Amino acid sequence: MTTTEEVAKLTHEKRDYKYGFVTDVDQEFAPPGLSEDIVRFISDKKGEPEWLLEWRLKSLRHWQTMETPSWEFLPYGYEEPDYQAISYYAAPKEKPKSLDELDPAILETYNKLGIPLAEQKVLAGIEGAAASAADARGMGGVAVDAVFDSVSVATTFQDELAKHGIVFCPISEAVQSHPELVKKYLGSVVPYSDNFYATLNSAVFSDGSFVYIPKGVRCPMELSTYFRINASNTGQFERTLIVADEGSYVSYLEGCTAPMRDENQLHAAVVELVAHKDAQIKYSTIQNWYPGDETGKGGIFNFVTKRGLCEGDHSHISWTQVETGSAVTWKYPSCILKGDHSKGEFYSVALTNLRQQADTGTKMVHIGKNTTSHIISKGISAGEGHNTYRGLVQMNKGAANAKNFTQCDSILIGDKCGAHTFPYIDVRNPSASAEHEASTTKIAEDQLFYCTARGIEEEDAVSLLVNGFCKEVFNELPMEFAVEANKLLAVSLEGSVG
Amino acid sequence: MTETTIDKPTDAYADTYANAFAAVVAHAEGNGTAPLNALRQAAFDDFARLGIPTTRHEDWRYTNLRKLANTAFTRPQTGAEVTADDIAPFMIAGLDAHLIVFVDGYYREDLSQIDEHPEGTAIGSIAEAYQKGCTGIGDYLGKQVDTANDALGALNTALMEDGVAVYLKAGKKIDKPVHVLSIATAHSNSAMTHPRNLIVAGEGAEATVIEHYVSLGGENYFNNTVTELFAADHAVVHHYMLEREAESATNISTLAIHQGERSDVHSHTVLLGGELVRNNVRPVMAGKDAHCLINGLFVGHGAQTLDNAMRVEHAAPNCRSRQFYKGIMNDQSHGVFTGRIIVQEDGQQTDAIQSNRNMLLSDDARMNARPQLEIYADDVRCTHGATTGQVDPEAVFYFRARGLPEDVARAMLIYAFAAEGFDRMQLVPVRALLADEMIAKLPMANKLSAEFNEEIKERLYRI
Repeated sequence: MTTTEEVAKLTHEKRDYKYGFVTDVDQEFAPPGLSEDIVRFISDKKGEPEWLLEWRLKSLRHWQTMETPSWEFLPYGYEEPDYQAISYYAAPKEKPKSLDELDPAILETYNKLGIPLAEQKVLAGIEGAAASAADARGMGGVAVDAVFDSVSVATTFQDELAKHGIVFCPISEAVQSHPELVKKYLGSVVPYSDNFYATLNSAVFSDGSFVYIPKGVRCPMELSTYFRINASNTGQFERTLIVADEGSYVSYLEGCTAPMRDENQLHAAVVELVAHKDAQIKYSTIQNWYPGDETGKGGIFNFVTKRGLCEGDHSHISWTQVETGSAVTWKYPSCILKGDHSKGEFYSVALTNLRQQADTGTKMVHIGKNTTSHIISKGISAGEGHNTYRGLVQMNKGAANAKNFTQCDSILIGDKCGAHTFPYIDVRNPSASAEHEASTTKIAEDQLFYCTARGIEEEDAVSLLVNGFCKEVFNELPMEFAVEANKLLAVSLEGSVG
Repeated sequence: MTETTIDKPTDAYADTYANAFAAVVAHAEGNGTAPLNALRQAAFDDFARLGIPTTRHEDWRYTNLRKLANTAFTRPQTGAEVTADDIAPFMIAGLDAHLIVFVDGYYREDLSQIDEHPEGTAIGSIAEAYQKGCTGIGDYLGKQVDTANDALGALNTALMEDGVAVYLKAGKKIDKPVHVLSIATAHSNSAMTHPRNLIVAGEGAEATVIEHYVSLGGENYFNNTVTELFAADHAVVHHYMLEREAESATNISTLAIHQGERSDVHSHTVLLGGELVRNNVRPVMAGKDAHCLINGLFVGHGAQTLDNAMRVEHAAPNCRSRQFYKGIMNDQSHGVFTGRIIVQEDGQQTDAIQSNRNMLLSDDARMNARPQLEIYADDVRCTHGATTGQVDPEAVFYFRARGLPEDVARAMLIYAFAAEGFDRMQLVPVRALLADEMIAKLPMANKLSAEFNEEIKERLYRI
């Protein structure tokens, strides 16, 4: 539990949005605007092969025919980004030739972001750090890919991972080193024409992580990416692709922050996961983009497409997310359960405070026989925030004996916030069963009373109860993330109890 | 908010509705409803702007109204020959009620039987009321329908000609239920009717109204009903909607409810007939401590589409709502349930429960459920649950282990599942009617023993 002092301390940090600083690095920008020339520019910067450029251009042409989606539930609305005013490429001018040459300002950035010390040493290129960092963790350490605006600046532990045949590198690098894999899987789960923002991403995606786990390999450490939007007037369009071959296992973590700015910035990422037969992918996110101020000014628009394909029999994909940041979030990490006996899971905590709006949830599409899905969603609305769960559970005709269980609970703190639930359940097979339960309540007064009667400060008690409310989800997070998530929640809730 | 994408009326059917509108206005002088023309005109303008919703419209995502856009529905012919003997099969056995009959949308005084009822209460047709100079109806009519956003509500308002009016002054009570029987004859073929009903219960008044839709030779018609129900403070109103029309009919029914303080409204809906049925129930609890029960059962077979859209709005403190909807889908039928609970900022201490349970009986049946919560107040307790599955194999096993054949076991379980829906109704004769209907619809009805049937009836009558 986080104590009052801790909360006070953290709140102090929060007041300035702890991650709201701007790093002064020498950067290179593409001129604002979106055109074939810009797409060619990005592709050229990255020295991409012809097929990828063609794919980007195909996406761009398709995107130009699309309309902005309008089905979202955002009570305050949002100002649609001006796609011609955004710069689609921002990169530190000098890409380090070795880690030693990494711009100290960037290292400092990751320091402020709280990337564990061991990884910083690795980022700084201290000899032997990789091994000691891994040892120090016992569990196998965390390999980090750091993405700064449009480029990946550093990836740690690559050698260590290479021993197991694991590929973990920026996707721009994977295009060069493993073109066959990238070509095979890119767009295989989220096609270029999928939706407005995914198509935009397909045209202009800058960088992101690529992971390939070979057959039968259990990835010895957590893989992690830190995303950072630094430059102003830019959008971040990263693309992550994770492929787990037969019988493999990987756990992947994602964290994000951005500077405080008055204008809204667009983050339109695409994440694709492919799990082959008997493979398991566990994907965890802590999203803490700048949420804007209490009047709703500024903040990140987080419009992300995340989808996993359970391609093989007995494959398993699990999404865990803690969403506390962003001014507007639309995000539906989904599972396509194609293989028989495959399993999809979604665990989510979404918190909206200030004037944040989140419309988030999941889609579980059951195609194979005996597929199962499990959805636990916890929404917390405070301040003037609006929190919406939107989810789809679809049982196709062939999904014999498929099972789904969904539970989505919301709590409301304060009388100016809103909590909304819009699940869609579509069943076309009589032997499939779908169960959905949802509740919305305020923080239980009897429980609060129980705590305060025992001398626990009200604020601590609320923090305690909210933690309990979210426990099912936090249990799914890797240890370190769980601690971070707890703190983040306490901080984000500060001031909402009156 | 959600933008609505709607096709503008194409020339082909814009004419259909424009002609119908002209005909309604032309007849208005004759039937005394000319005072409604301004309301009709405004609603027609709304409809012309909105058009027939398409499946791109979120509210109509699973129900395709193409037929309404592609059919030149006419105004039904008057003067269908219907006798008391013809309507006898539609009487509800054992029900002592005021009977008010509409044939092809036209009021039939000759077939109706309105018994004595207390002073300060009125039961009759809306057109008749206008003819008698009861223009007070205008104080209520149209107040609960948002024609600016509801295309079918606007269409009804534009083309309404008649319907039932039940009115109770404060403290009055109509003891017997009002049975509103709407019959579609062959005169309704390829025609459309837009019945408009009004139920006004003054402070502390009590009434029960049964809307009953059947076909007597009518096929391929379009019935678009709107009922506005006003329950003032402390009023108690029970409303039944029984949809038993021909399986080529399109039926869109809207029950729009306004509730005052401590009022209590029960809505029971049973969808059995029709090719495409859409059932809208929209209570607004505007007075504190109000209560409403929204109960429904829909049983589909063949290629029926049975779509239920609830919108329960808690606009005042301390209101309680209960929604229970059950669906049983067989063959290629398609069931839809959308239930939205909205708690406005003033709706503190709301207690809302919604449950939707569905059973799929065949490989080709489909069910879409959308239980929704939209909550703007913090001190609330709202829950919803939705399940879709098959007849519980373990329960079937239990029966079989006790010597019952599998098909009978299944039939009994399906019946029991449905019976929970009509056991919430207070009118026992309606329950008995539904028990018969349900048994007839069971896939293995012929295998069920007569005793089973009798036993159920016995039980129902005894309650």
